[in-house]
Amino acid sequence: MCLAVPMKVTQIVGPNCTAEMSGITARVRLDLVPDVRVGDYVIVHAGYAIQRLDEQEALETLSLLDELSAHAAEE
Amino acid sequence: MNCPPTPPRNSLCIVSQWNMTNPDPSDIYFDSFRDPDRVCRLAACIRRELAGPITLMEVCGTHTMSVHRFGLRDLLPTELKLLSGPGCPVCVTPNNYYEQVRLLAQNRDVVLCSFGDLLRVPGRDGSLEDLRVNGADVRVVYSPAQALEFALMDPLKKFVFLGIGFETTAPLTAAVIESAQNECCGNFFVLSGHKIMPPPMRALVESGEVAIDGFLCPGHVSVITGDAPYRFLAEEKGKPCVIAGFEPVDVLQGLLMLIRQRNERRSAVEIQYTRAVRPEGNPKARELMQRVFCESDDDWRGLGRIPLSGLRIREEYVAYNAAQLIPPVEIPPEDLSGCICHKILRGIALPNECALFGEICVPDRPRGACMASQEGTCSIYYRYGR
Ligand code: SF4
Repeated sequence: MCLAVPMKVTQIVGPNCTAEMSGITARVRLDLVPDVRVGDYVIVHAGYAIQRLDEQEALETLSLLDELSAHAAEE
Repeated sequence: MNCPPTPPRNSLCIVSQWNMTNPDPSDIYFDSFRDPDRVCRLAACIRRELAGPITLMEVCGTHTMSVHRFGLRDLLPTELKLLSGPGCPVCVTPNNYYEQVRLLAQNRDVVLCSFGDLLRVPGRDGSLEDLRVNGADVRVVYSPAQALEFALMDPLKKFVFLGIGFETTAPLTAAVIESAQNECCGNFFVLSGHKIMPPPMRALVESGEVAIDGFLCPGHVSVITGDAPYRFLAEEKGKPCVIAGFEPVDVLQGLLMLIRQRNERRSAVEIQYTRAVRPEGNPKARELMQRVFCESDDDWRGLGRIPLSGLRIREEYVAYNAAQLIPPVEIPPEDLSGCICHKILRGIALPNECALFGEICVPDRPRGACMASQEGTCSIYYRYGR
């Protein structure tokens, strides 16, 4: 039930935005994440954005784990 | 997930290539964290670095779901024991909440607005679905905001949103209560069964019933709370904690980080899910939650009454509290006969130890909350055949 999914903000109208993911469009409230801009990715839970996703952090997580697990590939 | 033979590559290059050839970040958020190559390399690291038996608890039902849905269990060594914790909101909500819902439904002016997961939870006299069959107006909503929209459209009826969930969901309910106030909506109410996560984690560790070597902390609760609420586990109780996301790569990296903390004999709260969880959480959401709710002692299925673990609507917002629509009767929170959800939620039993599992109790005809909820351990074990 704490299911939340990343969605891309495509339009902002007042406290609401339109967000989409794999062809699904939804109306999402922005009450909890005020500084969102069109093009941002947000995590959506039960019709509300709960956080903005950080692309740089995502890339860093991936590169860190690739570095840490690089030796496993040679097993 | 089967591991194909992994070609050795310089993976750092892959990330930078990704960046250049795939400017759309959706590839990063969706595909990169499900990449079978990364999954296999992480699983290999875990197998290599695990230095003895370890018991880790994934607190959140959505983590349990990922472990089984992506077949991660089969990639992990048997010495790594994973326990499911009390992190499925529908499962830990005690029977007395569902009994209150039934009392509310007797009032024919009342429309119940509920997340779909609650509908099949069996109570003493049947489930919400049974109430609906018998004429009660029960509507499934995907958002608390939708319940308020219903209320604004039909002022002659009383709309009650069944507020269930942890820190991920409680700020949404707080936001909708404030919206109701702004809209001067007098026919919208919330029956708060909201709870917070750290107190049951403390209760589990302090009960000493199961030895837990570390916690995979709930990612979407932490989006709101940040890392501070788990510090007592690391600092006072010496338990490694990692806040992890829900894709297969997230879960495995989280487990590896826990194993490394143990190997290095340290215990800290680390964040694996950095693309979504900031150390300070979401202060705006927390502020809203604190304005509308106050912490109070609350009943948990399996764990009993836990001090300051529930969220009650503050006096200032009493006009929106659905408790005023219910006659004050004491209802015991105890479990139904035969169902051992109360043990499963404490990590001291597995679903297949229940005599009813899979024979009498199945997702279509659940006998307990852990089978009724999609994220309940019994339902996950049933669906993914363990
Ligand atoms: S299988 Fe059904 S009856 Fe048994 S513990 Fe799980 S939910 Fe309860």
